[in-house]
Amino acid sequence: MEKRVTFKGWMLPLLLLTPQVLVTAFFFFWPAWQAVYQSLFIPDPFGLRSQFVGLGNFEFLLGDPFYRASFWTTAIFSSLVTLASMGFALWLAVMADRLIKGSGAYRTLLIWPYAVAPAVAGVLWLFMFNTRVGVISWYLGQAGYDWNHVLNPNEAMGLVVIASSWGRISYNFLFFLAGLQAIPKSVIEAAAIDGAHFWKRFWTIVFPLLSPTTFFLLVVNIVYAFFETFGVIHTITTGGPQQATTILVYKVYSDGFVGQDLGSSAAQSVILLVVVGILTIIQFRYIERRVHY
Amino acid sequence: MSGMVEKRGRGYWLTHAGLIGGVLVIFFPIYLAFVASTVSQPEIVRPPMPLIPGGHFFENYREALVSGINAPVARMLFNSTVMALGIALGKIVISILSAFAIVYFRFPFRQTFFWLIFLTLMLPVEVRIVPTYEVAANFGLLNSYPGLILPLIASATATFLFRQFFLTVPDELAEAARVDGAGPMRFFIDILLPMSRTNIAALFVILFIYGWNQYLWPLLITTDPQMNTIVMGIKQMFPSGDDIANWPVIMATAILAMLPPVAVVIFMQKLFIKGLIETEK
Repeated sequence: MEKRVTFKGWMLPLLLLTPQVLVTAFFFFWPAWQAVYQSLFIPDPFGLRSQFVGLGNFEFLLGDPFYRASFWTTAIFSSLVTLASMGFALWLAVMADRLIKGSGAYRTLLIWPYAVAPAVAGVLWLFMFNTRVGVISWYLGQAGYDWNHVLNPNEAMGLVVIASSWGRISYNFLFFLAGLQAIPKSVIEAAAIDGAHFWKRFWTIVFPLLSPTTFFLLVVNIVYAFFETFGVIHTITTGGPQQATTILVYKVYSDGFVGQDLGSSAAQSVILLVVVGILTIIQFRYIERRVHY
Repeated sequence: MSGMVEKRGRGYWLTHAGLIGGVLVIFFPIYLAFVASTVSQPEIVRPPMPLIPGGHFFENYREALVSGINAPVARMLFNSTVMALGIALGKIVISILSAFAIVYFRFPFRQTFFWLIFLTLMLPVEVRIVPTYEVAANFGLLNSYPGLILPLIASATATFLFRQFFLTVPDELAEAARVDGAGPMRFFIDILLPMSRTNIAALFVILFIYGWNQYLWPLLITTDPQMNTIVMGIKQMFPSGDDIANWPVIMATAILAMLPPVAVVIFMQKLFIKGLIETEK
């Protein structure tokens, strides 16, 4: 789409573009280029020179059991976060949609946790499950279950999944509710007259009609779990125990800043860049399709 | 309207019960944090902690705000405010200007600029942290407000939003402005900006929350506790060794950290929802 009516001149538009171009050049393109460049080198131990290793960093990473484990951790973590937050949100949205009055009130009550930062959510959940003072861990202890996410990898994973999903429910709820309310009620009423029960109507009519929303949320939630949950991981587990919760983004940080392994960290950045690229393309293709219909 | 479908029977009350249950589950962590911020440390370290608010509200919040643990929380709140406002306003200003240039002018390499900006949609700051940190350090931006703000406004979501909106503005308006002999900047200030008011406000709400809730970038760029933002500063309040954390003060800080963005969502709900749906389209 283009404007038919435009203004003349080329100095002014270039001037208007300058601030964004400068910020983007210095803080986006240059760092992104540096990431690609550094990923091809290994700095010597004294940090004075770097040696060109071609794709050596990538080869090493793909053969590195820790990196491969981090890939799996990320896959498990993001699947669980996406499933948990979308499942719970859909359940709430379906109920809110059934109400004639009051769905707005529930929406107000349910959307504001969106504003709670992942890092703050991490602190809240850490507090409840803290091995010394946590309320939930204490009651679990009374019930005979010894909760210790500091030592137990599965419990650590469970805790970061819950904390990451919790703040995300609001967002998914909002989009699911909007999607549900956009479905023509005549379709559902026709099925009701045919004698279909609520859940049967839901699975055969509502859920398929909701699939554009579901697909959109799927992509957005995976991106969220991949990149925006750093705060949760850093506050609750710092990637442990034994790297059980070291997702890819956390590994870029811990190898680059804590371990000072710049070549490897840069190569990991480039791999993540490819992952984001693929997710973005999927998202855009989907949007294009939606625009056409 | 599901009125025809569901009658006000058992299902109706079960629906309400389910929703209230969901709301309570979602509220519980925040309620507990609030309770913890109103009791004393001895009450917390001897579990189980009380489940109703105690009498140390003012004491804990005053301690957090005035002295904090590494830096006064009042100072961290100020830093967060500067960062969130800087990110929201900065991104809106640079984006609306470049969207205006791309939509309303024909100039050499226009498409190239468009695609270059488009590319930035693909790479969150989390992915390029090490090189971005090096650039910021070379510019001497560590422990500074520009260092907290600039790298986070280098993305084009807002540019796209404004571009989409400008394309829907009727051509007659620009035509009329041209016939009247008004220059492009007159048209921009007198017509385009007022028309974009709601879009700007909705975007502001989203970007403010985005900026306020940043964690990884402030963690890298601020080593001086006086420059910490509140969201990243909470984690710094935990003792490094085996000591017990000062939970009442930490939880008071957590409550203070979520207050501004939560208030924005609640009081500007319409704009928030509009912004959320448009930025994600």
